[in-house]
Amino acid sequence: MTSMDGASPRGPLTLNLLLLGLLLALSLVSLRFGSAPLSLGEVVGGLLGTGPEEHRLIVQQIRLPRVALAWLVGLALGASGAALQGLLRNPLAEPGLLGISSSAGLGAVLVLYFGVTAISLWILPAAAMAFALVATLLLYALTRAGSNNLTLILAGVALSSLAGALTSLALNLAPDPGGVQDIVLWLLGSISDLSFEEVRLCLPFVLLGLGLLLMAAPALDVLSLGEAEAATLGVDLRRLRGLIIFGSALSVGATVAVTGTIGFVGLVVPHLLRRFVAYRPGRLLLASALGGALLVLAADIALRLLDTPRELMLGVVTALVGAPFFLGLVLRSRRDLL
Amino acid sequence: MSRLRIDRLAVRLGGKTRLRDLSLAVDAGELFGLIGPNGAGKSTLVKAAAQLLPYQGRIRLDGQDLAGLEAPERARRIAYLSQGDVVQWPITVEDLVALGRHPYRGSWWRGAGAPSAEDRAAVEAALQATDIAHLRQRKVTELSGGERARARLARVLAVQAPLILADEPVAALDPRHQLQVMRLLRQHCDRGGSLILVLHDLTLASRFCDRLLLLHQGERIALGAPAEVLTAESLRSVYGIRAVTGAHDGQGYVLPWACESPASGGA
Repeated sequence: MTSMDGASPRGPLTLNLLLLGLLLALSLVSLRFGSAPLSLGEVVGGLLGTGPEEHRLIVQQIRLPRVALAWLVGLALGASGAALQGLLRNPLAEPGLLGISSSAGLGAVLVLYFGVTAISLWILPAAAMAFALVATLLLYALTRAGSNNLTLILAGVALSSLAGALTSLALNLAPDPGGVQDIVLWLLGSISDLSFEEVRLCLPFVLLGLGLLLMAAPALDVLSLGEAEAATLGVDLRRLRGLIIFGSALSVGATVAVTGTIGFVGLVVPHLLRRFVAYRPGRLLLASALGGALLVLAADIALRLLDTPRELMLGVVTALVGAPFFLGLVLRSRRDLL
Repeated sequence: MSRLRIDRLAVRLGGKTRLRDLSLAVDAGELFGLIGPNGAGKSTLVKAAAQLLPYQGRIRLDGQDLAGLEAPERARRIAYLSQGDVVQWPITVEDLVALGRHPYRGSWWRGAGAPSAEDRAAVEAALQATDIAHLRQRKVTELSGGERARARLARVLAVQAPLILADEPVAALDPRHQLQVMRLLRQHCDRGGSLILVLHDLTLASRFCDRLLLLHQGERIALGAPAEVLTAESLRSVYGIRAVTGAHDGQGYVLPWACESPASGGA
């Protein structure tokens, strides 16, 4: 039997179904935890509306949006990370490290700063997505010529520093110190205390972005051969770049607008899953999206189980796990970096 | 009718003329070699034919203007092997070769590209022809230079295109694999395929190519059978070398022997 059979859609299908199963199971577990722990039976009762009204309210109104946002954030970050790594042909690409998330955060902060959300709530995700798009385009322009690890990371550092500096400037000039504290906390990244209002605000864009990214999958495999050979195999490079740049900007921008910046998911997840899809960048996309959701959900459960004086922010937890991981990757590819 | 017909091709890149007023025709079944010093325009010519560069002039494949051909159609009829080694991820040899079937896959919503029987047969044939069937499950990043060169060539053969454009496919190979690959390319032509090949090894060019085009600074210096092109005079004026030439088994060889000064043509 050849690997064309073995690695045919059945291979990734099994993996994706496995990830999906874990994701559903973990979602039920996540619904159990909160200020009033529920049993699995009570969770199911609350979900189906067969249990007491109190359980229905807790599960459906308070905890379900949190699970839904964990899914959306994870799907967006996991898929974008894998897609950007494929496009830039570099395993260190990630929306957070490359400054796409912080640029989206800047867009959101500016909207909040000027109080234009009063006009329409949709301005918030729109601004975040627009800033994420500008950042992604800039990044691509900077690294296209020859994206070795060093130029890529430097471009990312430059972009996130710039976005960070402008965000600080906005906060520095803000007239209302109380509001500033809220925004700073929000920027740290969290999916707690959110409602279906926020889910609705980012859901369409995350799904649209995800769709664009998944459409790029076959061409992304061919891009392993380099741009020239891929083009002669019929890959439309402009379309491919467009799909990934817009797909990442939409999905990441929309989630950042709601949850703040959550880093490293897009770096860690593709790295862990790549070997299970035979290292094919196109096949990695869906698996990485599901894996991203799984990781965010797991992190969100973990921070609720930890006995800390105040609940930790999700972005803080992913950074605490992700940054050392990133450091390890850098150390391993050190020769390549220098 | 010629397979590939190039009329008055000119390429300018970054304000510099890379190719000037070049016309040539390559027939079906022909192994056509491009030779010349570094920077002569060999790769540029191959890239223009692969539609990877903007150019002036006309390039026609079987009578059809290439510029007007849809990308997937073009991809099924011209296969291109780039210079250098650019595979990024540690995918398996077999997956790499199967990428050559990309031009035949349907749209993404139709079955997401489960390989057809023809796809499998083409991949298998390419693996066999390049003698790497036993490496099919190995990761391309773990192969030796020669093995990787053959895997990349197998990827190109898997396209089963009537015209192959190959930019220095034997540069990284040891002598045995150089001969093996040249014989393979020869077979492609003997079966009616055409091939344009960039080469530095003048003996291989002399032995395996039907015709050679000698380029220098973007211009055609000589075009014809190897013996007509690889003359002592052209080697001296273009490469600035003196070579030992001769014949063995009825085939010519060219052995670069010494630098000749002044290396003329260095305008």
